[in-house]
Amino acid sequence: MAHDEPIAAIATAGLSKRFNHLVALDRVTLTVAQGTIFGLLGPNGAGKSTAIKILTTLLDASDGLARVAGFDVAKDPVEVRRRIGYVPQLLSADGALTAIENLNLSARLYGLRGKTRAARVRDALAFAGLEDLGDRLVRTYSGGMIRRLEIAQATLHVPEVLFLDEPTIGLDPVARRTVWDKLLELRQRNGMAILITTHDMEEAEVLCDELGILHQGRLVVTGKPEELKAGVGPAATLEDVFAHYSGAVLESGGNYREIRESRSAIRRLG
Amino acid sequence: MNGMWRAVLESAAVADAEMRKLRRDPTELLSRAVQPVLWLGVFGQVFSQVRGIATGSLRYLDFMAPGILAQSILFSAIFYGIAIIWERDLGIVHKLLVTPAHRSALVLGKALAAGMRGLVQAVVVYLVAITLKVDIRWEVLPMLTVAAAVFAGSCIFSSFSLVIACIVKTRERFMGIGQVLTMPLFFASNAIYPLDLMPPWLQIIAMFNPLTYLVDVLRGAMIIGGSSVHAVGASFGIMLGVFATLLALAARLYPGLAR
Ligand SMILES: Nc1ncnc2c1ncn2[C@@H]1O[C@H](COP(=O)(O)OP(=O)(O)OP(=O)(O)O)[C@@H](O)[C@H]1O
Ligand SMILES: [Mg+2]
Repeated sequence: MAHDEPIAAIATAGLSKRFNHLVALDRVTLTVAQGTIFGLLGPNGAGKSTAIKILTTLLDASDGLARVAGFDVAKDPVEVRRRIGYVPQLLSADGALTAIENLNLSARLYGLRGKTRAARVRDALAFAGLEDLGDRLVRTYSGGMIRRLEIAQATLHVPEVLFLDEPTIGLDPVARRTVWDKLLELRQRNGMAILITTHDMEEAEVLCDELGILHQGRLVVTGKPEELKAGVGPAATLEDVFAHYSGAVLESGGNYREIRESRSAIRRLG
Repeated sequence: MNGMWRAVLESAAVADAEMRKLRRDPTELLSRAVQPVLWLGVFGQVFSQVRGIATGSLRYLDFMAPGILAQSILFSAIFYGIAIIWERDLGIVHKLLVTPAHRSALVLGKALAAGMRGLVQAVVVYLVAITLKVDIRWEVLPMLTVAAAVFAGSCIFSSFSLVIACIVKTRERFMGIGQVLTMPLFFASNAIYPLDLMPPWLQIIAMFNPLTYLVDVLRGAMIIGGSSVHAVGASFGIMLGVFATLLALAARLYPGLAR
């Protein structure tokens, strides 16, 4: 990389992950520029969550390199952690705490103190649209409110790169749209790079500047949504692109595992 | 700011959040009082009558009260791991682990909160003991000793529980292992009978059981006429050593929960 080039938000080379004999991620090479919203698509089990876990330092790669915000995830995990936010696939807000308590816990773990912390928590609450409900236990919130809180919580420290694993799964259309608006706002305001995984082609279309399709651990194609569509055919939709590269037709409603996971997460919180 | 101080603040943040959750759940505290009531009120009373266990000049009920306090500490701390597995099944563990906080601070925070909870538990057991007319030592230094021991014991057993949770990872397996481990820990200790009444092999096991040292400190500090077999300083030294080891182990294993 030339030294006058800006540092990529995410850069991987030959990134691989094996679980015993299963190859979950197979030599993935990917660059996401600063300020880009990148959508990682792929059917269930394609390796999307595995990729996110490696990039967020939760999981060690078996092979290859990954740099996030300019730091190697394996060599400088703490430097990476200071610069990223992460909203996991399941529910990460603590239902037994209030929104303010959730935000305060994260703020303190990110080393924010005193007046800065109070101001950031207040801003985050406003960002999530929960000013009047900050003292209520999160387990009384709706799914959309929880997601907004989680995004606010993951961005309190103004990270350079934000990772979201299926952020709108299980949300109604209005709540889903609100989440998109929030993510666009973050990119707009802070120039944050955002990597999201999704099965939702509308989400990919509306939100993402660039897409990558993972299939059985391999990144089979990357490009802007229009480029990908044009590459498949004159009147192709993103669904067609998805089917073309992953060999899978999207079924509405998701598979059993997905439904079980999102439902059980909601039930546990309730 | 140096790393050590940051770690302290991080632990405090985790402990603070944990304690808020505990405070919201007073029913649990009440349900935890049931066991000590049964052990002291039924088992203790009956065995005091029949004088089935030789405890020297000490009434059996007085002898066993510190043991039951230690037991209630053990039993409530040992299920801490369930909460950790719960947090893993959601995504809370993942959220904590992507922060730059020290991994050891995250687990220490949980242990400190368990320590605070143990102190509340001790108040409950004291109330039960007073009702049953156990001869409590109401002196400042012994009571502080009891508090310190209870705190240390809660930290040890909650960290132990966390280590187990990190290894077994699922609720079902944890429940099984939890039952299998707590009863032997309890019976292979001096909680409800003196060590010298045990067969030699059990005495050897009891020597390696941290519960034994907790009970031993409590027995000297909690009741009138009670005495510790080991020096109090030595017992605390052993407990701190065990805690430090478990904490180091927990800090190593905890990140594995997010994989
Ligand atoms: N800890 C693990 N141990 C063993 N195998 C795993 C582990 N985590 C994931 N896998 C396997 O790796 C593959 C990729 O999983 P991953 O969760 O990354 O898929 P995904 O694309 O996120 O799927 P989904 O859309 O269902 O969330 C799957 O076959 C999965 O079963
Ligand atoms: Mg996934």
